[in-house]
Amino acid sequence: MTIKIIVKGKVEGEVMVSKNPINFLGEVDKKTGKVLDERHDLFGKSIGGKILVFPFGVGSSVGAYTIYSLKANSCAPKAMICKKPDITVASGCALANIPLVIAQKEYDSLVDGKKIFLDAESGQIL
Amino acid sequence: MELTKTEEEALDGKHGKTLQIAYRILSAIGKATDAEKLVPISWAHLSGVNYNTIGDAGEEFLSELSEHARFKVRTTVNPMGFDLDTVSKYGLEDKFIKKQQSIQNSYERMGALPSFSCIPYEIFNLPDKGTHVAFGESNAAIYANSVANLITNRESAFSALASAITGKSPYSDLRKDGSQDPSLTIHMKVNEKDELAFGLLGYFAGKVADTSVTISGVKEVDMRSCKSLCAGLGTSGTCGKFIFGEKEGETIDFDKKEMQETKDELNTTDKGDIITLGSPQLGLKELSDLSNMLKGRKFTKRCMIFCPRAAQEQARKLGYTNEIQHAGGEILSDCCICLTPLIDKKNVDDVITNSVKGAYYLKNTNQVDVNLKPLKSIVEENTK
Repeated sequence: MTIKIIVKGKVEGEVMVSKNPINFLGEVDKKTGKVLDERHDLFGKSIGGKILVFPFGVGSSVGAYTIYSLKANSCAPKAMICKKPDITVASGCALANIPLVIAQKEYDSLVDGKKIFLDAESGQIL
Repeated sequence: MELTKTEEEALDGKHGKTLQIAYRILSAIGKATDAEKLVPISWAHLSGVNYNTIGDAGEEFLSELSEHARFKVRTTVNPMGFDLDTVSKYGLEDKFIKKQQSIQNSYERMGALPSFSCIPYEIFNLPDKGTHVAFGESNAAIYANSVANLITNRESAFSALASAITGKSPYSDLRKDGSQDPSLTIHMKVNEKDELAFGLLGYFAGKVADTSVTISGVKEVDMRSCKSLCAGLGTSGTCGKFIFGEKEGETIDFDKKEMQETKDELNTTDKGDIITLGSPQLGLKELSDLSNMLKGRKFTKRCMIFCPRAAQEQARKLGYTNEIQHAGGEILSDCCICLTPLIDKKNVDDVITNSVKGAYYLKNTNQVDVNLKPLKSIVEENTK
């Protein structure tokens, strides 16, 4: 299996792909889920309700709180799929109970707008 | 990750909700980083203290957590949003002050030392070489690994919090023996090696490096440049350690061109209404240097200087703060440039700073323009 489950769960939703890594603290508005950094490829878009696909988290360790706040403010992604694990995203999703997996082979087939079913219990993307 | 019977029980909630939350976080990180087990840590440093960074959800979470959670190891905390001694001058909303104090109370109730500093390595005694710690402030984690001979991963606010509660951290990444050998070298070719150059070098390296990086072309750095390097490296990526050494493996040059490109990304103006110094906060030595530079001079615009309370108190006894304040500098403790509520785009259009990390957060979260300059030029151009 090439999918590694970090935080369990099952969700259905639309994929939003970020080409750039994400610094949740500096780049995402915790009250709206909008991407604030104009240099980021998701600038102006909201990550709320999507299955967020991005390479990995970077930057501030407080980004974990941003992930938790997004959930508390009902604008968190339904799930996250990363290429590389990182401690900030893993711990934020663990506390906020947002399903998180690390995908290798499947990662590149995930394109913007695609509807998928993520089974982060058996480790499948359908 | 293999857990002991007691750890397993804690994860299942048999030892209470607090420990269950902490072990849930450690377990997720353990899975993410392929850890075999948990190892003891002797010091946790927590980020997630400023109300601006953690918001209402964070404040409520900590308040609830602090009803039962108690820290198991020495725990220090990052800066908060303001300096209580001077907060009345800044016209902050009562709500901000109230929420910030709630966060402060929650951390202190759990047993944190009220350090409110992002440079714990400069104000506390360091443990023995090779000791595992859990630092959730990126510049401090990088400094701990690269300079202070301690061992930590780039912890998150929650992983460091979970480590403070349990006294443990997953044995993975930089904690593992032999894992610290970098596969990438950044070769410093810039001649003018001031702290801004090192900050930009760090920011550049952080984008391309994995968990560790070799920096060649540098023999030694002073504290100001070293902290600037740590902070720049921490801002742009996930790298947790640098080693000054010879070129090895894949090498990328950092020359004038790369430096200019990196600067262009962060420097958005060539002027500034005010000056901010201190991301990372200034330690005693830097306050001493600054007071020397400012002898007989006066700032021609506002200059905010951020330092830990412990450093300010020592600096006062030694006469440094007097000299800085005489030159018109505003010294603030317990807070820092990053996500400060004290700089508002309603009152300030642009800020001059020598901090690459400060520039990143001023631009992105305070949404003001930034003019990056080394300290020497800032003092020369803005004092008389």
